[in-house]
Amino acid sequence: MIKIEKRNDVPMVLYFFTPFIAIILTILGGGIIFYILGFNPIEALKFYFITPISNLYGLSELLLKATPLCLIAIGLSFCFKSNNWNIGAEGQLTFGAIVGGGVALLFYNQEGFYILPLVILAGAVGGMIFALIPAILKTYFNTNEILVSLMLVYVSKLLLDYLVVGPWSNPEGFNFPETRQFSDSSRMPLLFDGLRIHAGIFLALAAVMLSWFILYKTYLGFQIKVSGLSLKTAKYAGFKGKTMILVVFMISGACAGLAGVGEITGPIGQLHRMISPDYGFTAIIVAFLGRLNPFGIIFASLVVALTYLGAETAQIFLQIPKYTGQVFQGMILFFLLASDYLLFFKVKILSLKKNELRH
Amino acid sequence: MYKNFFKYLISAIFLLGFSVNSNADFKVGFVYVGPTGDHGWTFQHHEGRNAVEAAGIKTTFVESVPEGADAERVIRQLAQSGHDLIFTTSFGYMDPTNKVAKDFPNVKFEHATGYKREHSNVSTYSARFYEGRTLLGHIAGKMTKTNTIGYIASFPIPEVIRGINAMTLAAQKVNPNIKTKIVWVFTWYDPGKEAEAAQALIDQGADVIMQHTDSTAPVQTAEKAGVWSFGQASDMQRFAPKSILTSIIDDWAPYYVERAIAARDGTWNQQDTWHGLKEGMVAMGPYNSAMGADLVKEVEQLQKDLASGKVHSFTGPIYDQKGNILVAEGKVADDGMLAGMSVYVKGVEGDIPK
Repeated sequence: MIKIEKRNDVPMVLYFFTPFIAIILTILGGGIIFYILGFNPIEALKFYFITPISNLYGLSELLLKATPLCLIAIGLSFCFKSNNWNIGAEGQLTFGAIVGGGVALLFYNQEGFYILPLVILAGAVGGMIFALIPAILKTYFNTNEILVSLMLVYVSKLLLDYLVVGPWSNPEGFNFPETRQFSDSSRMPLLFDGLRIHAGIFLALAAVMLSWFILYKTYLGFQIKVSGLSLKTAKYAGFKGKTMILVVFMISGACAGLAGVGEITGPIGQLHRMISPDYGFTAIIVAFLGRLNPFGIIFASLVVALTYLGAETAQIFLQIPKYTGQVFQGMILFFLLASDYLLFFKVKILSLKKNELRH
Repeated sequence: MYKNFFKYLISAIFLLGFSVNSNADFKVGFVYVGPTGDHGWTFQHHEGRNAVEAAGIKTTFVESVPEGADAERVIRQLAQSGHDLIFTTSFGYMDPTNKVAKDFPNVKFEHATGYKREHSNVSTYSARFYEGRTLLGHIAGKMTKTNTIGYIASFPIPEVIRGINAMTLAAQKVNPNIKTKIVWVFTWYDPGKEAEAAQALIDQGADVIMQHTDSTAPVQTAEKAGVWSFGQASDMQRFAPKSILTSIIDDWAPYYVERAIAARDGTWNQQDTWHGLKEGMVAMGPYNSAMGADLVKEVEQLQKDLASGKVHSFTGPIYDQKGNILVAEGKVADDGMLAGMSVYVKGVEGDIPK
C-alpha cells in the first residue's frame, strides 16, 4: 500500500536546489532519448548544450533569445506569486508589439532620438492595457482569468494578422503579409558590430532589478507575497485585493509588451505574423523554473533559451529532429514539478498486515 | 556496456578538444518552414533534398524554422558550419538570407519565391505554378455541373492571384458560364481553417474545390462531401482517391541537383529562375479515370502545348473585372506583368482583400 503524507519540515535550501536537479535529470533523460534514437548521447548533448554557445555569436544569440523570455517571466512572477493565473502573456506581447509597431510605422520615414523611447513606451502601455482586460473582468465580474487571458491571445494574433495583411501592409510589398521596415530611429541599438544582441537586454536587466526591489522591499511586494500564501490572511490584513490584482496584471502585461517591442525593434525590424515563436507560453516554464525569483528567472531564461539553440545545432550537425527542443522544455517542467511534489510530500510504502487482508 | 561507455567518453573528449571540422567536403544545407511530413510544400523540398543526397552530395536540413527572428540564426549557423550552398525555402527568409549572404561571400544562397538578390551570391527561384492552374481550370470547367469552382486562397500576393486568374481563364475557355468563388484563409498551412473554407465553398454550390494552401484538409473535405478536388504541391491522391482529379506537383529535385552540382564544380552563377512544365519544376499527378479518356487526352495535349510554349496561360484578349483590357488580342502577358499581377480577371467573384 502506498501512502502520501505532507512533509512538515521542508528545508528552503532544497526548494531552490530542485530546479538544478530538474535540469540534471532533463539532461540525463535527454541522453537516454538520444541513445534510444540511435545517437551517441554524449556527442548529441555536446551539440545541444555546448556547441551553440561555444563562440561569441552563439553567446549573443543566447542572450537575444533569453531576453524576451526573461522579461515576460519577470512580469508573470508578479501574477503567479499573488495567485493570479495570467496565461495570456503571448497575447500581451502581441498587442504590445502591435501598439509599439504602430508608433514605429507612424515614424517610418523620420529620424529622431525620441522615436525609439516612444515606441518602447507604446509597447509597454499596449501590453498593460491588454492585460487589464482579464484583470478587470476578474475583479469586477468574477470571470476566470486563465480562460480570458488565454483566449485573448487568439484575439491579438488575429488582430495582428488583419493589420499586416490589410491596413498596415507594406504598400510596396506586393501584398505580402508584412509591414514596411521600421526606420533606424525605431530600432534597438546593437551592442556589438556583427552580433544581434541589442539594447533590449538592458530593459530585461532593469526589470529584474526593479522586480526584486518591488517584491522584497516594498509594501506592494509584501501584499503580493501574502496574497499568494493565503488569500484569507490577505483579506484579514485588510489588503485591497482588487487594486493588487489590477497592478500585478499591469506589471505583467507591460513586461510582455516590452518583450514584444524588443523583438520587432530588435532582430525583426517590422511587423509580420511570426513575431514570436510562443515566447509568452514558454515564459511560463521559465517563471516556474526560476522559482518566481528575479535572479532565478535570469538563470532559467538562459537554460530554456539554450534548449531552442541546442535543438537547431543538434539538427544541423546530427539531424536529430528539431522537436526535441520542445521535449526538453517539457521534461524540465515535468522533472521540476515531480521533484517539487517529492519535496513537499512523503511517499510511504506500507506493508500489509494479515488482519487487513482478512478484512 | 563498459566498452560503449569508454567509446563515448573518448569521443566526448575528442569532440570537446577539437572543434568540428566540416570544410573537408562539399555540403548543401536546406532551411524548411514546415515539418518534413507536411505532405505539401516542405515535403516536396525535402524530396528535392533527397535527390541531391542521391546524387552523392552531402546535405543537412533544419525543419520548422519560424520566419521571424530565428531564421537568420539558422541560416548563419549553416553558413558557419561549412555548408557551401544553402537553400532557404520560404518567402519569409528573404531578408535573413540576403543579410547572411553579405557576411559569407564564399557561400552560395538560393532563396525560393523571393525577389531580392542583394549580393552576387544570392539566387532566387520559383516555379510557374500557374501553368498547372491552367490545366486544373480546363478540367474544372469540364467537370463542374454547378458551374461554380471553389478556390481556397492563402494571401493576396501576385503568385496566388496569378493562379486564380490562370485557372479562371482556362475554365472560361471550355465553359463560358463558369464562376470562381474564393475564400481567403490568410494562412499557408492550417488544416482546420482550410477544411472550414472548403466546406463553406461546397455549401455555396461549388462542386470543384481547389486550394493554394498546403494541407490535405481541403481534399479530404471534398472527398467526404463527394465533390471534385485537386492536390496541391505534392501528389495528394492517397488522401482523397475518389475526389482528386490530379495534383499540381512542385518538383524541385532537378533544379536542386543541377544547382548543387554547379556549386560543387564552381560553375554556379547568380540567376533568377522561373521554371514550369517545360523544365519539369511543375509536374502533374496522375489523372483520375473519372475524367473520362477524352478529357484526359485533351488535358495531356494541353500540358504538352504549355510545355512547348505553343499555348500560353495568359493569352489575350484578357479583361479585368470591370471589363478593361489587360492583354490585347493575340498578345501574351510578359513575365513582368505576371510577376506583379494584382487584379482579378473577368469572371472571378469578389474583391481582392486590401
